[in-house]
Amino acid sequence: MARMTMVKAITAALDEELSRDPKVLVFGEDVGKNGGVFRATDKLQEKHGQDQVFDTPLAESGIIGLANGLALQGFRPVPELQFFGFVFEAFDEIAGQLARERFRMGGSRKMPVTIRSAFGGGVNTPELHSDSFEGLVAQVPGLRVVCPSGPYDAKGLLISSIRSDDPIVFLEHMKAYRSFKEEVPDDAYTLPLDKAAIKREGKDVTIITYGYMVRESLQAADQLAKEGIDAEVLDLRTLAPLDEDTILQSVRKTGRAVLVQEAQKQAGVSASVAALIAEKGILSLDAPVARVAAPDTPYPFAQAEKAWLPNKQDIIDQVKATVQF
Amino acid sequence: MKQIDFEKLKRTPTDQPLQVLDEKGQVVDSQLMPSLSDDQLVDLFKQMVWSRVVNDRTTKLNRQGRLGFFAPTSGEEASQMGSNYAMKPDDFLLAGYRDVPELVKHGLPLWKAFLWSKGHVAGNVYPEDFQAVPPQIIIGAQYVQTAGVALGIKKNGKANLAYTYTGDGGTSQGDFYEGMNFAGAYQAPALFMVQNNLYAISVPRSKQTAAKTLSQKAMAAGIPSLQVDGMDVLAVYEAARQAREWIVAGNGPVMIETLTYRYGPHTLSGDDPHRYRTKEEEQEWHAKDPLVRMRKFLEDKQLWDDQQEKDYIDQVSTEVDEAMKQVESQPEQKVSEFLKNEYVETPPAIQKQIDDYQQKEAK
Repeated sequence: MARMTMVKAITAALDEELSRDPKVLVFGEDVGKNGGVFRATDKLQEKHGQDQVFDTPLAESGIIGLANGLALQGFRPVPELQFFGFVFEAFDEIAGQLARERFRMGGSRKMPVTIRSAFGGGVNTPELHSDSFEGLVAQVPGLRVVCPSGPYDAKGLLISSIRSDDPIVFLEHMKAYRSFKEEVPDDAYTLPLDKAAIKREGKDVTIITYGYMVRESLQAADQLAKEGIDAEVLDLRTLAPLDEDTILQSVRKTGRAVLVQEAQKQAGVSASVAALIAEKGILSLDAPVARVAAPDTPYPFAQAEKAWLPNKQDIIDQVKATVQF
Repeated sequence: MKQIDFEKLKRTPTDQPLQVLDEKGQVVDSQLMPSLSDDQLVDLFKQMVWSRVVNDRTTKLNRQGRLGFFAPTSGEEASQMGSNYAMKPDDFLLAGYRDVPELVKHGLPLWKAFLWSKGHVAGNVYPEDFQAVPPQIIIGAQYVQTAGVALGIKKNGKANLAYTYTGDGGTSQGDFYEGMNFAGAYQAPALFMVQNNLYAISVPRSKQTAAKTLSQKAMAAGIPSLQVDGMDVLAVYEAARQAREWIVAGNGPVMIETLTYRYGPHTLSGDDPHRYRTKEEEQEWHAKDPLVRMRKFLEDKQLWDDQQEKDYIDQVSTEVDEAMKQVESQPEQKVSEFLKNEYVETPPAIQKQIDDYQQKEAK
């Protein structure tokens, strides 16, 4: 066990998998000698060689096309898109190709590809670096969208993702990379995909969230506890397909749901969670399902992040309103 | 035997398309004549006849509603069959939507190709060792994937290549350029075919680019390319064969532009070429028919005659009839099967839908 940041946990997961399976290939823009723009692949090329860890030309469609082709040759590609704001360049190769290859070939091929990509606000990036576009890929049948909220989950979920025979978009929140540490086991371990995690047990209300908002929600729950409101915090971990059972169980227990996402209200995955609760859990509700989300504008100019991004106080205010409904 | 200088072609664009046979079936470049046996020459010609007959039958079957999506291939037999004939069974084919003949001759049963046309999943279920993926609808996507397959072949140390096809319009796509550029950067064994049939649906080649040739576009990737008379099967075959040899020897990718023409519409989904092409132009290209010139060449060598041709056409027709029997005896597709095919490890949310649909289907 060691206390480490999420980015270190990700490097450790990649290191484990590169050692375990020579078919695992890590590639993308600057992931080789440079070790990645966030050092997520630091020293991996040095250790595992240029055949397994290598740089690519600067072209996102080419990168995911490369991954698709390598998968057809029996490899287990782990390509990186430097920032998820650049996903549009690769959207056909992800949504039009990778996600449907197994389906279109009647199950006769598998595509064990894990696309890693950084996203998320609060670190003053330039335009189209921090946008939360997980909702776009969550709408694509055939993909899994995985989003860890911290170091422990990141290592276990990334190892599970790489070992999965299905295509996965693995989203890494930039603010979660280095802003806090957790105890992370030294050895390889896996965490189940398709499974949400209860990060804090509570009985009054369920806060359903993911990514960096899990940390904001846990902090909000601590403060709410002092005011006598016992909030349960549910980390979706896999954003699509949703873990329906865990969500519904929690909401049945607490009778209230506040859905928290960093993405704009019209984006993200909260609307899907809300629809699920409306379809299958409405009779257990004591209050309407509420949502905390960013305003429906494009991602803000860096200087306006504080005013724009949802935060702990927004969550506290909404939880109180829901509990007092 | 004329050796194509691929190293030189990286820097110098071709100014004349390679040709072996002229429109009358006369050998105009004996140096470039491929060293094919008489049997192989006949075999290659038979593939062209096969393709033409299948094209004509498919068109009729489509009109009768017995087949679905089809992009006609008549006129492109030399380009398609000639290049494909130079490849090996373990080479990996990434076909475009018009490249069904290559797929079938690479090993896809005809009935499966027909099922693809009709929109039935069974047409796309490929055996594990069949080195191909189904025809690509997104123009250019096959090019970036080819770079990946080729890099995989290189990493696996196999003496094979990945080969792919697009049309003249497809050369305007970003993926077209990215695919060749990636393969070039990794010196991966890939052959990129561009079948320039002068039109992308109704848009003439001149509206795609101001570039004088499409082959010269490969220079931007630093890879060799050349132009071939796409109505001359011997030239296409020999160019592809030499390209394959050079690629598999570890020299990196090659691009070949074939100058060809489709006699039919873009697809059978309502396109009328007379809205954008003249009768004169069509006649001019019918005079270049790849089958006519190859038949003349074989007749002069006394390797082919009318009776052989009639017998062979009957044989292909029977093959089409047999394939249609398979097509028309397929079970209906089930949503629950689609859902099962989607993931290797089915997520619980999808499993619920499988259960629901299985109940529905059992009724």
